[in-house]
Amino acid sequence: MLDQIVFYFFATLAVISAVLVVTRRNVVQSAIFLITALLATAGIFLQLHAEFLFIVQVILYAGGIMVLFVFVIMLINMDVSLHQVQFNRQWWLGLLLALVLGAQLKVAIAMGRAGLPLGEPAPATALEPSTQLVGRVLFSEYMLPFEIASILLLVAMIGAVVMAKKKV
Amino acid sequence: MNGLIEFVKPILVPLICAVVIVAVLPLVAGYIVLMERKVMADMQARLGPMRVGPHGLLQPIADAVKLLLKEDIIPDEADKGIFWIAPLISVTAGMLAMSALAIGPWFQIADLNVGLLFVVGIGALGIFGIVLGGWSSNSHYSLLGALRSAAQLVSYETAAGMAIVGALLLAGTLSTREIIEAQGDYGVWFVFAAPVGFFIYVVASIAETNRAPFDLPEAESELVAGYMTEYSGFRWALYFLAEYTNMVVVASIATTLFLGGWLRPFAGTRAFDFLDFIPSLLMLGVAGYCFYRVPKQPVKIQQTVLAAVGVLLILVAGILAAPLVAPAGSMVASAKAGLHGAFWFLLKVGLYLYLFMWLRFTFPRYRFDQLMRLGWQFLIPLSIVNVMGIGLALVLHRQLGWSHWTAFPLTTVLTLAVAGVLASAGEKKEKEHAIMGEEA
Repeated sequence: MLDQIVFYFFATLAVISAVLVVTRRNVVQSAIFLITALLATAGIFLQLHAEFLFIVQVILYAGGIMVLFVFVIMLINMDVSLHQVQFNRQWWLGLLLALVLGAQLKVAIAMGRAGLPLGEPAPATALEPSTQLVGRVLFSEYMLPFEIASILLLVAMIGAVVMAKKKV
Repeated sequence: MNGLIEFVKPILVPLICAVVIVAVLPLVAGYIVLMERKVMADMQARLGPMRVGPHGLLQPIADAVKLLLKEDIIPDEADKGIFWIAPLISVTAGMLAMSALAIGPWFQIADLNVGLLFVVGIGALGIFGIVLGGWSSNSHYSLLGALRSAAQLVSYETAAGMAIVGALLLAGTLSTREIIEAQGDYGVWFVFAAPVGFFIYVVASIAETNRAPFDLPEAESELVAGYMTEYSGFRWALYFLAEYTNMVVVASIATTLFLGGWLRPFAGTRAFDFLDFIPSLLMLGVAGYCFYRVPKQPVKIQQTVLAAVGVLLILVAGILAAPLVAPAGSMVASAKAGLHGAFWFLLKVGLYLYLFMWLRFTFPRYRFDQLMRLGWQFLIPLSIVNVMGIGLALVLHRQLGWSHWTAFPLTTVLTLAVAGVLASAGEKKEKEHAIMGEEA
């Protein structure tokens, strides 16, 4: 019961703030609602006992990436964007298309449900500490993809530095 | 009845702890400000606040009342909603971060599986309060302060995070409670196993809390008051509360990770059990000093207040001593862990804060390019080397069977050698920059 209340609270918060992100005219307000949406998603992770995912979401997305977003947004001259029209007059067409797409997805999932085994939900009490599990799996089964991803990130980082620097 | 207690207890105890933290932190922050002013006065051969209460002991309360009654000004062109909510974000983040910290074995709101990451991550969210407050004030000084703050935090959080990783390797867990227990099992605090990591964390935590010598976001000689230039009255006080809460948080992290948390010095050695009497003796000593100063107070009411403080301290000393003299196995004797744990934890936090103040009053402020160079070209490489050094020491100790006493000093010396190379390279570069600047 409590679980459901918490879930619906965070889910509603996430959806409402996600809608506000795209409808707000002021970019900084959009950024704030994006932070709220990210934190609400983190809350859902926590409610699912995925503590590590929760804190990584907070540290990386809310704490790291969004700080950079806000940092850049503050330097933008907002007078222009505040007076621009954000939507054209065809929003009803967009709404219609969105509804059709949603209905299609609903039908597709309903028809193919038999082919989508959802698996048994794990018993709520038998959860091991997730941080250790994530670490163990990452450094044993998924060692190669993990290392490839880190090399990719390193290359991207060096590339960014080289491009930003005037002379090397 | 018993069933009800069993049902309520897991909710009630954390709730009481949370209420205590929210209620006590503003008062503690006020007294840290008083401590800071007194330490500053002492280092500059002055007396500091002396008028409100004996030796200025009631100054924080007077300040709080003053701030509550002050006019609250919101600039016309400010983004009102964000301006209003920004200080709240900072304070909330700081207080939320306290919830996973263990102040003594008894006092903890939640022992999270990701405890330390939670403290670090949630504490870092306070930056949004500073950045948004600076932006929404619609003032150039505020915006510059906010930008500096964001750049500084992003740079130094990496170094602090890597320093923490080093200590976490030693502990092998993220739970604050288990980290402290791991130090008890080791028999040595992690500051002695990883001194370089502790040094990096001290520097990075000063930069993260925007304190001198890294207080560029509020550099008053350049930016008036930085991000809080346009703030006044109680909202300004909230920013101050957030800053001091963050100081307590980083001091608690350092205490937990490096200084053995609630452990007494030499906690595992029977021969040093006499150290258990230090808490009471310290309180008695301060009480004695209070009584010694009573006749020298100029006003009657100040004499009374100071005497009352002395009596209170004797009472605290008695409470701290009671578990030591009570017969073993009784309920009073078992209270020793909680009471003494809290005492040692808070003492270490206090000493760490004193270190902050000491550094503030001895170092001149850094220039912004110096700050960035120190962060990116010295601390971050050094913290990476530090993690590798600790990893090497652990391999030598666990896989090859070296003893603690050879493995850790060896890797520390190696790390220090790298630090020397980095420092001399940085100096060389700075000289080149200076020459280039002259030519230009």
